[in-house]
Amino acid sequence: MNFMASKQPENSLLGPEADSQRTLYPYVTGTSVVALKYKDGILMAADMGGSYGSTLRYKSVERMKPIGKHSLLGASGEISDFQEILRYLDELILYDNMWDDGNSLGPKEVHNYLTRVMYNRRNKFNPLWNSLVLGGVKNGQKYLGTVSMIGVNFEDNHVATGFGNHLARPILRQEWHENLSYEDGVRLLEKCMRVLLYRDRSAINKLQIAKITEEGMTISQPYSLKTYWEFSAFANPAQGAVGTW
Amino acid sequence: MFRNQYDTDVTTWSPAGRLFQVEYAMEAVKQGSAAIGLRSKTHIVLGCVNKANSELSSHQKKIFKVDDHIGVAIAGLTADGRVLSRYMRNECINYSFTYESPLPVGRLVVQLADKAQVCTQRSWKRPYGVGLLVAGLDESGAHLYYNCPSGNYFEYQAFAIGSRSQAAKTYLERRFENFADSSRDDLVKDALMAIRETLQGETLKSSICTVAVVGVGEPFHILDLETVQQMIDAFEIVGEQEGPAAEPDAAAAADQGGSTEEGVAPMDI
Repeated sequence: MNFMASKQPENSLLGPEADSQRTLYPYVTGTSVVALKYKDGILMAADMGGSYGSTLRYKSVERMKPIGKHSLLGASGEISDFQEILRYLDELILYDNMWDDGNSLGPKEVHNYLTRVMYNRRNKFNPLWNSLVLGGVKNGQKYLGTVSMIGVNFEDNHVATGFGNHLARPILRQEWHENLSYEDGVRLLEKCMRVLLYRDRSAINKLQIAKITEEGMTISQPYSLKTYWEFSAFANPAQGAVGTW
Repeated sequence: MFRNQYDTDVTTWSPAGRLFQVEYAMEAVKQGSAAIGLRSKTHIVLGCVNKANSELSSHQKKIFKVDDHIGVAIAGLTADGRVLSRYMRNECINYSFTYESPLPVGRLVVQLADKAQVCTQRSWKRPYGVGLLVAGLDESGAHLYYNCPSGNYFEYQAFAIGSRSQAAKTYLERRFENFADSSRDDLVKDALMAIRETLQGETLKSSICTVAVVGVGEPFHILDLETVQQMIDAFEIVGEQEGPAAEPDAAAAADQGGSTEEGVAPMDI
């Protein structure tokens, strides 16, 4: 019995030959991004690490970039896909500016555009392997949203990607409130990033904090957090649990 | 305008630098029943005269909702108008889906104008025979645009197109300086007065006109007959003081013939 094998169309992404053409696994990845709304706008933090599997290969990767006049994009996941997304957004903003009228794409519009892009790629089984955080201020309205590689998107007062969801969000749920001052916002973000530094093996101690307000976007120079390793419980970890390491 | 040897093709220039087919398309707009539009800083009102083919038939739909924040009134070949409205609705809904934000009306009219221009530069197409008064909101406030078959578009504080529109235009020209700060209801009243000017003595009733409003916080909608009739009744009493319905303006009627001397391109009105 000869069953007619179904023939794939030439440009299909299914089947063994097509595997080399679509993203199956990420190679150079960035870890968590954490962001929150504060009094004047959005604060976002990300470290500058690009891991190659378990190796902390690249240590000066900028994972947060301004988009147009009103938005800020932070990404975790595959760095090359993040760069591809920046190229898409560059073109989007270019055409928006070319209209040369009084209208411009704000953070809400950029976030929804990204959602469409991520979801459509997911449907084609060729995802952009990123979790994105999009924040911005336009006409006094603060906006903070996130999109994942499968197109899940939502807005909130504070968001995080990857490990940040498990380690930073609980802290933010306890300590975030409306109208945080800039200093309080930075302190809160640093608290989250410190926990991530201790507990996320892909985190490195070199981070940037970006701020976006109605006036514009600024991104800090890279700096490191102070850490403390002398907690007595860690001095002799096997004391309470023999055989542990 | 008289027939000449350069008017067969839209892709043929006349020696005077005119595209006659495009101008003939603009004539078609002048033959359609009147449509008017006027705007304040926050609202735009569109109005049109409903002309039915016979007493037995219903009138054609000339005002279309394009999106919650954009509407259009047409004059000329209503079939062309319907097709362009469908295009506009499509553009708006696609933009809304991608960006979760309303398409700025200024961008929509440019797309519409570019679409019309294509038809003036292809030998296998003809220009759209419809003029569109596009009313909409964008970031900078309320806007009223006129898109014409030539592919040009203009922004207006108030405008009228179609047959006997000159009478309405004259009325609007007298009053437009006040429109920017008008209240919504005063704007609708002015629209009804402008429509009345085009009726040349015929009584203004809600059955022969259609009025639509869009504004900040007010999605585009066509006013129902009772509301319109109430507003007509409200000012008709006062109407005598304002000035009677326009006497047949002989000068205006001649204007509709598109009288221009040979060699001078006509004004795009």
